[in-house]
Amino acid sequence: MVSSGLQAGAEEAYDKALVAVAYSEDGRYFTEDDVPTYNVQEDGTIDWPTYSGFRRYHSECHVCHGPEGEGSTYAPALKKSALDMDYYDFLDVVTNGRKKVNASENSVMPAFGTNPNVMCYINDIYVYLKARGTDAVARGRPRKKEGKSDVIREEENACLGG
Amino acid sequence: MGRLLISAAMLLLGAGTAVADANLQKLIEDPNQWVIQTGDYKNQRFSKLDQINKDNVKDLQVAWTFSTGVLRGHEGSPLVIGDIMYVHTPFPNTVYALDLNNEARIIWKYEPKQNADVIPVMCCDTVNRGVAYADNKIFLHQADTKLVALDAKTGEEIWSVVNGDPTKGETNTATVLPVKDKVIVGISGGEFGVRGSLTAYNIADGSLAWRAYSMGPDSDILIDPEKTTHLGKPIGKDSGLNTWEGDQWKIGGGTTWGWYSYDPEENLVYYGTGNPSTWNPAQRPGDNRWSMTVMARDADTGVARWFYQMTPHDEWDYDGINEMILTEQDFNGETRKLLTHFDRNGFGYTLDRVTGELLVAEKYDPKVNWATEVVMDPNSDQYGRPQVVAEYSTEQNGEDVNSTGICPAALGSKDQQPASYSPETGLFYVPTNHVCMDYEPFRVSYTAGQPYVGATLAMYPAGDSHGGMGNFIAWDNVKGEIVWSIPEQFSVWSGALATSGDIVFYGTLEGYLKAVDAKTGEELYSFKTPSGIIGNVMSYTHNGKQYIAILSGVGGWAGIGLAAGLTNPNDGLGAVGGYAALSDYTALGGQLTVFALPN
Repeated sequence: MVSSGLQAGAEEAYDKALVAVAYSEDGRYFTEDDVPTYNVQEDGTIDWPTYSGFRRYHSECHVCHGPEGEGSTYAPALKKSALDMDYYDFLDVVTNGRKKVNASENSVMPAFGTNPNVMCYINDIYVYLKARGTDAVARGRPRKKEGKSDVIREEENACLGG
Repeated sequence: MGRLLISAAMLLLGAGTAVADANLQKLIEDPNQWVIQTGDYKNQRFSKLDQINKDNVKDLQVAWTFSTGVLRGHEGSPLVIGDIMYVHTPFPNTVYALDLNNEARIIWKYEPKQNADVIPVMCCDTVNRGVAYADNKIFLHQADTKLVALDAKTGEEIWSVVNGDPTKGETNTATVLPVKDKVIVGISGGEFGVRGSLTAYNIADGSLAWRAYSMGPDSDILIDPEKTTHLGKPIGKDSGLNTWEGDQWKIGGGTTWGWYSYDPEENLVYYGTGNPSTWNPAQRPGDNRWSMTVMARDADTGVARWFYQMTPHDEWDYDGINEMILTEQDFNGETRKLLTHFDRNGFGYTLDRVTGELLVAEKYDPKVNWATEVVMDPNSDQYGRPQVVAEYSTEQNGEDVNSTGICPAALGSKDQQPASYSPETGLFYVPTNHVCMDYEPFRVSYTAGQPYVGATLAMYPAGDSHGGMGNFIAWDNVKGEIVWSIPEQFSVWSGALATSGDIVFYGTLEGYLKAVDAKTGEELYSFKTPSGIIGNVMSYTHNGKQYIAILSGVGGWAGIGLAAGLTNPNDGLGAVGGYAALSDYTALGGQLTVFALPN
């Protein structure tokens, strides 16, 4: 009961245009502003990048931000940040870090710009968090996913191999 | 002439430190004070005080409180030396000296200047497990690995030394252990590919005495290949190299962020090493020695007498850093010097601490399933090795495969939260986690100063049990059996304290300080402090009256992992979000609460 109320609130809290799929390319999905987004089919199958984002988030981000973008005693809930922040600001904070250090806060986001385990998957992590923010993808491991496209595989190898 | 002068100076120095050492021993043995974090060198965390006992503990009241001014997770405990209490905080690692004769007025406050860039390099919150006292000094090992010796009376810095490099992911969360004329310190950063080490600095001036790495050449790990033993046999040459592929030992992990014990008769320091980096086992073939290892080293030289590797080639992040509790007990009709260790991997180990002989290895949570047993037959080629169950082997299942239902989870059946031993009941009192996991390893690349993890984890309460995420148990280390077990809704993340009052204290993540009957586990007292408890209970007297003190302030790995509640992806839809969220029970805030009986 309570959770459905919260979900209704969350649905109203964001602009559909932020996440609506305008087109897809090689297994990736984009909004009309060419910003990466997630795609969930009617039977619950999610796109590969969102699934990949689930895995990478829980390797790279989880230890501070808690499971599934929910936030922790230590760091904010990124499922909210992915909706509240502009895509390019999100990239900037992940790449260059951010400090909020004052009397009441000592929160420091490190710069991940040189970390291929984050930067090669930054769009995947972004779309996963967006999907969590809108509750399009539930907590836990996504059950059904699209396959990894050849283009995604090639680009991943090129990014990690460099 | 010059040589004579030097010898004379060394004699004088030696005499000075011997006196300091004797004084520290005397202070440690005095139950009215609490001078090092572990209570004593044996890590028993047992208080001989008995004014507060099982009959009157129900009347316990809050005597006074103190806000630390810091919001992060508060681990460790205050110290009491004479009429002064020393309270530390998480980053920025402030230390307060409080005057117990003057209503805990602040005598001095020390706040180090640290670069805030160290904060995100500390995996799982900016906790600190406390200061230690020796030789009229308070030793603080800061988050940024600076070790500072403060004048205990004035808070003035006497010397400082930097132990590691935070830009490479080297940080500190642990306390330090003063031993004779040295202070022993560890290092964190296993999730950043740090090569772990234990280091001894000279108390007099902070100069380096020795450093022992967890892996690498024999000259780095300070062993004698002929004399240092593993399960009774000489270790042989290059064990810290030939159990790794190529140069991987250089970023091998095996950090030393737990607790340290000391046996003055054997002159041995005991501790455990953490997980090998990365969490993807396929990327580091071999036994990865000496990660996941109990170590016994000579306090003067650092040279190892014996090692025991509990989890060769880790596949689950079962760090071996938990405390080593030293006891003298009857074992099969003979009084032996024992070492008892509750490992993250879910086995409770009892060893002979003189020789390193393995005596007992039994599961201290019945849900532990990743291994069937530890082989106890010295003639077996598997002697001392856990027998891994294929279904739960993230190595055998391979990269990019999700292994499900592994118990315990990566946080272990118990993490650093220390157990207590009562020589009066002969039982160990152990705060535990009752959490299982799914674990999917995948390939990662190493960048200095960046996380080097390589696995996705989902954690959830152990199935077919009481639904909670923790237990507080009493353990018989000779039989290897649970004597009683108290189910808890959340992992028990607080260090326990047993006392001569026939009671045991511990804290809970909701924030309760509890007292239970040491023999039966029956709950005798409970009080909800302002925030979740991940600190350790301690006791002292002032003006002849016994006090119990505990730090509240939720956080640490518990605050990260449990804040939003856990989900079991294997339970099917609908159960998701069905487990308690810690954020529904408590909020951030560091506070010390001191309890006493009414006057």
